Amino acid sequence: MQDTFVDIHMQVMWNRLISVVEEQAQALIRTAFSTSVREAGDLSAGIFDVHGRMLAQAVTGTPGHVNAMAESVGHFITDIGPGNIHEGDVYITNDPWKGTGHLHDITVVTPSFLDGRLIGYFASTAHVVDVGGRGFGPDANEVYEEGLFIPIMKLFDAGRENDTLLHIVRNNVREDDKVVGDIFALAACNDAGHNRLVDMMREFDMADLEHLGAFILGHSGRATRERLAALPQGQWTNSLRLDGYDEPVELHATLTIKGDTVHVDFSGTSGPSRFGINVPLVYVMAYACYGIKCIVAPEIPNNFGSLEPFSVSAPDNCILNAQRPAPVSVRHVLGHFVPDLVLGALHKALPDRVPAEGAGALWNLHMSLRPQPGQTGRNAEILMFNSGGTGARPTLDGMNATAFPSGVHTMPVEATEHVGPVIIWRKELREGSGGAGQYRGGLGQTIEIEAATGYKLQFSAMFDRIDNPARGRAGGQAGAPGSVALDDGTRLRGKGKQDVPPGRKLVLNLPGGGGYGDPAQRPAEWQEYDTSNGYVPAGQAGTGA
Amino acid sequence: MASGHKDCRVGVDIGGTFTDVALKIDGRLVSTKVLTDYEAPERAILKGIDQVCADAGVALKDIGVVVHGTTLATNSLIERRGARTAFVTTEGFRDVLEMRTENRFEQYDLNITLPPALIARADRFVVRERMDAAGNVLLDVDRAGLDALITRLAEGGYESIAIGFIHAYANGAHERLVRDAILARLPDISISISSEVAPQFRELERFNTVCANAYVKPVIKAYLDRLVKALVARGMGCPVYMIHSGGGIISLEHAAEFPVRLVESGPAGGVIFAEDVARRHGCEHVVSFDMGGTTAKICLVEDYVPKTAKSFEVARTYRFRKGSGMVISIPVVEMVEIGAGGGSIASVDSLRQIRVGPKSAASEPGPACYGRGGQNPTVTDANLVLGKLDPDNFAGGKMVLSVPAASHALDQDIGAQIGLSVDASAYGVCEVVDENMSNAARVHAIESGKDISTFTMITFGGGGPLHAARLCEKLGIDSFIVPPGAGVGSAIGFLLAPFGYETVRSGRVELSAFEQPKVAALLDSMREEALGFVSAIESTAPTSVECTAFMRYAGQGWDIPVRLPFEVFHAGDVAAIRAEFMKEYTRFFGRAIVGPEVEIVSWSLRVSTPVARAQSVTPVAATRQVTSDVSRKLFDSVSRSFVSAQVVERAGLVPGDCVAGPAIITEAETTTILSAQFTATVQSDGSLLATRH
Repeated sequence: MQDTFVDIHMQVMWNRLISVVEEQAQALIRTAFSTSVREAGDLSAGIFDVHGRMLAQAVTGTPGHVNAMAESVGHFITDIGPGNIHEGDVYITNDPWKGTGHLHDITVVTPSFLDGRLIGYFASTAHVVDVGGRGFGPDANEVYEEGLFIPIMKLFDAGRENDTLLHIVRNNVREDDKVVGDIFALAACNDAGHNRLVDMMREFDMADLEHLGAFILGHSGRATRERLAALPQGQWTNSLRLDGYDEPVELHATLTIKGDTVHVDFSGTSGPSRFGINVPLVYVMAYACYGIKCIVAPEIPNNFGSLEPFSVSAPDNCILNAQRPAPVSVRHVLGHFVPDLVLGALHKALPDRVPAEGAGALWNLHMSLRPQPGQTGRNAEILMFNSGGTGARPTLDGMNATAFPSGVHTMPVEATEHVGPVIIWRKELREGSGGAGQYRGGLGQTIEIEAATGYKLQFSAMFDRIDNPARGRAGGQAGAPGSVALDDGTRLRGKGKQDVPPGRKLVLNLPGGGGYGDPAQRPAEWQEYDTSNGYVPAGQAGTGA
Repeated sequence: MASGHKDCRVGVDIGGTFTDVALKIDGRLVSTKVLTDYEAPERAILKGIDQVCADAGVALKDIGVVVHGTTLATNSLIERRGARTAFVTTEGFRDVLEMRTENRFEQYDLNITLPPALIARADRFVVRERMDAAGNVLLDVDRAGLDALITRLAEGGYESIAIGFIHAYANGAHERLVRDAILARLPDISISISSEVAPQFRELERFNTVCANAYVKPVIKAYLDRLVKALVARGMGCPVYMIHSGGGIISLEHAAEFPVRLVESGPAGGVIFAEDVARRHGCEHVVSFDMGGTTAKICLVEDYVPKTAKSFEVARTYRFRKGSGMVISIPVVEMVEIGAGGGSIASVDSLRQIRVGPKSAASEPGPACYGRGGQNPTVTDANLVLGKLDPDNFAGGKMVLSVPAASHALDQDIGAQIGLSVDASAYGVCEVVDENMSNAARVHAIESGKDISTFTMITFGGGGPLHAARLCEKLGIDSFIVPPGAGVGSAIGFLLAPFGYETVRSGRVELSAFEQPKVAALLDSMREEALGFVSAIESTAPTSVECTAFMRYAGQGWDIPVRLPFEVFHAGDVAAIRAEFMKEYTRFFGRAIVGPEVEIVSWSLRVSTPVARAQSVTPVAATRQVTSDVSRKLFDSVSRSFVSAQVVERAGLVPGDCVAGPAIITEAETTTILSAQFTATVQSDGSLLATRH
């Protein structure tokens, strides 16, 4: 009976460890400067054992961060060198290949010591407002143009600040106070996690995390493998065509379920792009795992043990395996389609479990406002996160204007208009944009934006599904494709920096999600509900977008 | 208007299961619990009042004042039983309520259902008009469009209308204009406008709040009218006041106009109760722990002032998960509420771990041990198996609990699933729910930059005293207090509430460009508004004004409350404001940052009458060690084994008596468990003060 009490005790300590990292994440949200972190939750935080294995993570907005960060602590240990790790150290990088896929994400790792002995690491990642270079957008041809690259190095060495690095950062980014403020917020949140961990270890009289770590990883690994072993065994494939930057991109996945492991290979996918939509493999891995976990093991916490049974591979000359110095700034666009790609293959193994395709990538809108010539006023950089519709589920409609797979929030219109001189005239559901089906796809949204009087507006587009709408499943129809235009009807490009002429409004129509099942099977009262609420314009019911 | 006896006061709290009534006269307290009447809540009130009056030997007409709190507004929102309501908003923003923050509140569950917008899309209408962020008119109201809209509203058969325009917190002129135009043609319709109900920036929260207000307004108004009529018919012509979510008292008229402010008024009463106990005992750092049948509520009370917040999420639909409910912007007593109560159901998850709640067996079918058809094991079942509850003397002997039924349920759903004995299963359930509650308390304290282990716990509600000792052990807290009347704590709290009103407004100011006249004008108008509420009730009492600025570094998104005297803000003493901000920031986050601009985002101002000073209690030393011949087996969570614990009746204890743990102290409405680490001493006010030795 004593053993069962020990198990319950271990469970209690595991829950406590999760609350330690949740608190670490909260500290970051409260002290961060960039809107992407503080308003939208584009961050991650986690604790790792001395071997660099992730034990627990905060459930924050971005699976792409978390699962990628899970890999990164191992790189820190190798690059810093185990003999060079001291109490009071803090490490930093924004290496897209050793961090989370683009230069805008800064990862900070802090070794945690108890009574002079290394017990683990805290790591956190945040999307900062600027890293110099061309700014956030897909237009660069090499990573060198995309901004300052900080290889893994010490931010603090035994408590001493690396002011050389901070000096370089300050002189290479546009909003230096905010960027440096965010770097300190990352370091501070790791400290907050460390302090709470020490309290916990003293309370439970723990000398290290070995025993608890083994329990967590063992439990999670076993539970995940049990789930995977129960799946149908075999190999399935799927392809997805997307807009790309200047030419369409074909994504291809082969999913292999064998024993208690899952492997995804991306051979057959288009080669690298000349523009910044390439994706480092670590980010692809993150979203592939996330998508599959949602279907087969949603409630098992993310850690080294539950991620270990998953693996991915891709050839070197592949847009989903970007090789340095390929540009990767907006790697999230294709990265966000990896779940749709992989789930399409999984659907063939597990019919009736997988949703239809959705809008996929967030429609992130980066805007630069400048006073008109001869006018005075301040410059402003504004970032908005906006979502289209999700795919219909096997037993439920898709969600209107809701992010998937990303979990970030949008910002309130009133808050955005406080940040800079723009007027958002419309941010509203886009009627009729959900794919028809027995279950309807989620609606996209329509956004109309104009510069405030006296300002000019330039924006960086990083949008997809304009030429390639979200496909329905099981007889469901496609969602409406997206569009980018001016209010006079002039069509604009889906990717890259563009101007909005004075007096004109930018009109974004975000894509809808695909439908699920035969539209004719949709009950009449639901169709009536759709038309009376204007989700589907009268006359369009049952015919799809 | 006042009849009756000024010192005879009645507090009434309508909760989900029980309606609690507490009567106080000449320092004496009489209380009762009657079942809540869902059909006509006022009937239960009358029944309860009859009972306490009979017990106290008081005639109905002698009652001087009734103070009332109710979950009616909350339930109406949770159950979606409100008025037929239309929402009128700025063109281009018809779907703010429905689009929310555009995220999923649960990342890995692809089959979540988002909470439907309170007002369906077909009932949301737009008007062409627009203010900018500074409150300047960008587009005038389109009068022709408005006329057509009013015709549609008239044809729609709406009882209530909410109006919410973009940036109306900065300039409410268009909202007022549209309201007046509608009233001119539909004079009997109920209208709520966002610039009056919740003048705070962030459109989603403000629109939700004004819609919630409009939605419950006709229901609440009808109920309050019936209540007053019923009381008068029984000869009670005394004034009736309402408790609001911020823990103060407002008049019936204001409650009827802004009923959204009644949300969560019951738990707010509990916190006032804790505040009063804290004052009596001179505890400056208190965590109140209120555990009922379905949820546990935890709140920090420092220097006798509960922590307050500007918004609150009501009607969470998914495991109490943040984001699965509806955010309402009103000043509230800030507390964490988690799905952990006596009725919370325990189960085993796919990781073979024990989970507890948030689903509750409530009173029907109830825990397995109630023998009313409940099959799932609950926290109460676990407490029974562990010896914390007496099967033959539950609820003052009104109910017999079945140990075999509890054991069977625990064995079936927990033990057999993961190979545990019944005792180990019960221990697991208690340990998990206690850990859930202590985690919530710990995180709540940390969010306020506090170390909870230095706090004193004040516990009440049916389940609080049962779990307090274990929570204290987990949180490193050295003492807890179980006040007399703990079972009806909220209703007692109502009787102690100040006449107070808090108003919150957006008003952004950078410290380096502090426009004193503008700020002073804003603060003056806020003070005038709050004074209006208070003087409507107590026109002669002296009032105090508290002012808080919500501040941050420009560019951050999270603001922290900075409290200074009204005059300091009014005069624009920037140096003092900046210094206080730096001090608070350091307390929250370790160290202040040098460089970035500091700004004020919004303001809160509270006017209240002074609280009647609670008689302070001189600590009583233990003079008599009480031992009891009665004992039973009680599970000790620290040694993880059963120990023999004495059973003591609380009614037989007098000040100075002391009981050493392990012990079980019983009373009709609750049971206090003292683990081996605690000794309780009865204080002169009848409170049990348990301290760790």
